[in-house]
Amino acid sequence: MGATIVEKIFSKKCGRDIRAGEVVMAPVDGAMIHDITGPLAIQKFYEMGGERVFDPKRIIMLFDHQIPADSIPAAENHVYMRKFATEQQIHNYDINEGVCHQVVLEKGRAAPGEIIVGADSHTCMYGAAGAFATGIGSTDMGFVLKFGALYFKVPETIRAEVSGKFPKRVGAKDLILSIASDIGADGATYQAIEFTGKTISKLDMAGRMTCCNMAIEMGAKAGIIAPDKITWEYMKGRRKMKSFPLESDTDASYVTKRSYTVSDMEPQVAVPHNVDTGVPVSKVAGTHIDQVFIGSCTNGRFEDLEEAAEVLGRKKFNPKVRVIIIPASRDEYLKSLKTGLIGKFVKAGALVEAPCCGPCMGGAFGLLAPGEVSLSTSNRNFKGRQGSTEGRVYLCSPATAAASAITGVITDPREV
Amino acid sequence: MRVWKFGDNIDTDAIIPGRFLTIYDPKELAKHAFEGTRDDFSKMAKVGDIVVAGRNFGCGSSREHAPLALIGAGVKVVVAQSFARIFFRNAINVGVLPVVCHKTDQIADGAEIILNIRKGIIEADGKKVKIEPVPEFMQGIIDAGGLVEYAKNMKEVPVCTKSQQ
Ligand code: SF4
Repeated sequence: MGATIVEKIFSKKCGRDIRAGEVVMAPVDGAMIHDITGPLAIQKFYEMGGERVFDPKRIIMLFDHQIPADSIPAAENHVYMRKFATEQQIHNYDINEGVCHQVVLEKGRAAPGEIIVGADSHTCMYGAAGAFATGIGSTDMGFVLKFGALYFKVPETIRAEVSGKFPKRVGAKDLILSIASDIGADGATYQAIEFTGKTISKLDMAGRMTCCNMAIEMGAKAGIIAPDKITWEYMKGRRKMKSFPLESDTDASYVTKRSYTVSDMEPQVAVPHNVDTGVPVSKVAGTHIDQVFIGSCTNGRFEDLEEAAEVLGRKKFNPKVRVIIIPASRDEYLKSLKTGLIGKFVKAGALVEAPCCGPCMGGAFGLLAPGEVSLSTSNRNFKGRQGSTEGRVYLCSPATAAASAITGVITDPREV
Repeated sequence: MRVWKFGDNIDTDAIIPGRFLTIYDPKELAKHAFEGTRDDFSKMAKVGDIVVAGRNFGCGSSREHAPLALIGAGVKVVVAQSFARIFFRNAINVGVLPVVCHKTDQIADGAEIILNIRKGIIEADGKKVKIEPVPEFMQGIIDAGGLVEYAKNMKEVPVCTKSQQ
């Protein structure tokens, strides 16, 4: 019997054949902490008797959720983490680089075949680079900081095969929203989702990140895409390593195989208050919105902003809508600056913020008042996720967000 | 012990909203537990009360503030039809017991409840409902009283050795 890519990663790390279902203490290649989950992880590390972290070079530290410090307690958390970084000689990206997941990939801190953990649920995004990556809590992270390893139950895999060519203004976000509504909010709990097929092999890294990022929204432990030319090209200049073959065997055993085709797909919108509620945009077109957010680890890359700018063209954003645009990282910000996107957005009436999580985390800024509606390119529309529990959040692609920001109501991006 | 009953897909944003994540003290977090979702909880929950829910409890963010807020409110057991993966582990790690029970629809809000882990049953208002055992490899952590206690005296860990199960 063959092995899935996930089983292969664990087998290679441990030097013996490992299959789904086994519980193994596996070494980790990288561990990410940020300003929300980091302080508690550090505290737990000390409580566990930790003195020196397992390997400072394998720890990725940065601040992105509450930056620049939006409250005194947030500032205190930053101070606490900076002190830890100095004491343990960990490189701290501090508030300078952007949203954690984007930064990990951009800096080449996650690579094909690696096992990476992050104290954040969307760590599964690094599957876009062919890594097995999963989100963990702070206490588990404290354990990792001390030992450099963690118990994993090696997950079974759902194979999601995607075929067809995306119609105009339809892309990775629409695909993953429709996969989420098919699999359901808990349909992949304890499992990994492997995205494969012709459409995926043509998809750029930005789109792959969007897909893997949202694997957690189906309860998955990881999302993963076998590394190919596009992946290795992306790794170039970020990590010194030679390419090697890594993919699921054709006779690997999967929990289920699902296939999707994108050729007739409409832009998708997930309606409040769950992520697995995706409907074609036509079903909710005309819905009033108060705020549009284009950004986050899901859709704050240059490619996303470029798509939004294309939809915008020479038009202006509707003055009745608050349009907040946040590039996911400094690199993405710089690319957008150089190509004139930022200026275009500002001229059209948007508020462009420096790289951070922004309204996505519902604590820093850009919060909703009771009764308000947000249309967002992020990954979660839970009650209260962006402020008041009486607010409503719809999720969509950057194209749909831009189109709606122009009209002031939810709008099909093919119609502006 | 009374039951606080919730539905399906109770996410960690509902358990503790994002704006309170600079707080780490369980007692302080408890003041905002389920704020906006069920406001009477933080005022009325008593030590020993149990949260009972439907499917996928604790989905969403990895914030450990969620089980900590429950501990602060005195809740040490959550019974649900299923749990989101990260919450399940976080709960065990910090000392909240996640109990899987496929029949939580038979347990009413406000019910008086007795949990008998050894026998694998819950008695709610006199009705008996079966619960599922905890995965074996997590039992060691529960027995130790959480991951911190479990890991405290360990100098190294058995990397890549054969399955514990
Ligand atoms: S952008 Fe949103 S989902 Fe991504 S790490 Fe930040 S808060 Fe989490």
